[in-house]
Amino acid sequence: MSVLEFTAIVAIVSFVAGLLGSMTGLGGGVVLVPLLTILFHVDIRYAIGASLVSVIATSSGAAASYVKEGFSNIRIGMFLEIATTLGALLGAFLATRIPTRALAIIFGAVLLYSAYLSRKVRPLALRNLPPDPLASRLRLNGTFPDLEGPRTYNVQRVPSGFGLMFGAGALSGLLGIGSGAVKVLAMDQAMRIPFKVSTTTSNFMIGVTAAASAGVYLSRGYIDPSLSMPVMLGVLAGSLLGSRILMKADTKSLRLVFSVVILVLGLQMLYQGIWGHI
Amino acid sequence: MTSGPLSETKSQEFKPQPWRDRRIEIILGNLLRAGVLLSAAIVLCGACVYLWHHGRERADYRVFRGEPSEYRTIPGVIESVMSTRGRGLIQLGLLFLIATPIARVCFSVVGFAIERDRLYVIFTLIVLVILLYSFLGSGIGV
Repeated sequence: MSVLEFTAIVAIVSFVAGLLGSMTGLGGGVVLVPLLTILFHVDIRYAIGASLVSVIATSSGAAASYVKEGFSNIRIGMFLEIATTLGALLGAFLATRIPTRALAIIFGAVLLYSAYLSRKVRPLALRNLPPDPLASRLRLNGTFPDLEGPRTYNVQRVPSGFGLMFGAGALSGLLGIGSGAVKVLAMDQAMRIPFKVSTTTSNFMIGVTAAASAGVYLSRGYIDPSLSMPVMLGVLAGSLLGSRILMKADTKSLRLVFSVVILVLGLQMLYQGIWGHI
Repeated sequence: MTSGPLSETKSQEFKPQPWRDRRIEIILGNLLRAGVLLSAAIVLCGACVYLWHHGRERADYRVFRGEPSEYRTIPGVIESVMSTRGRGLIQLGLLFLIATPIARVCFSVVGFAIERDRLYVIFTLIVLVILLYSFLGSGIGV
């Protein structure tokens, strides 16, 4: 395959990755890493470098509109980023001391279960809970433009959300991918934040987590310019379209897309854990 | 007219929270958009130069060789941009892209400071310190 053809095909694949990544809050890496390694036989280290670029491109590309339109909650994002960045530091420190294969298998199983959990739309009784004192103190409660008009929400169970975010950061330091899934799940399932706010706030956060490890990957020579170029441009275009779709889509179909993508991610983790490609 | 200021504070109290952050949100959104468009433009220029010279070669990423040192550090990237190499330009664009989330955290510190929200200035500063520690500790500056 010539460089020109390769660039064109990778750009198209990346467009789809950016589209799904921005709609689910997971970033483009979930789709990109398996496709690059299995379909195009790209070395896993180059694929991880390209995936990192795609996560930042999705995050910054889609966040511009999510933040402006009032979907992402910047306070929730900034507060929880303390946990994820600290977790990422710990994860990088533990990376050589923990059996990552076993971890990938456990994480894969958790994701399969979460794929089932996250399909369920939250019952109405759990939507209008009274404000939690800690969440109010931290000014986390907010409003977002729902399809029927502005909707207010009260954030619940802040400590367990913060703890899960610490775990999400550690996982991203240990396994390289998958932190977006834990971020969305922690906000959606534990903190009971509306799904669109959870995914868009996760999308806002993953760029910072990725930027923290970008320096390491760049200095190790994982980020190849000729491979990252079509990835970045394709993902960016995809994420711009994806953010437009999310704002108009109903939560039920977004949950379906999300659960299918993390089902695939879970299978991928199990595969890597069992066959030792991690 | 005595009830005027009282009802004013009451309506302030029940105002949904994030709308006070509207100004920060709009500036943050514009900052992210500008950063992304700038880096995409640089990458696109680099892509044209690179594809013009290497478009017909065979693509092969099967074997990991690691990037040469000129694409691993900031001074290296700048040097290869000076010699108008396509891949150097792409790498420069990617550096700008990586900088957008960092710039966004920096601006948030200023934004929360303007709002006199001391708690969130502290939160954001913590994130910024961890971020810079792990970013600059990696040795890409040399």
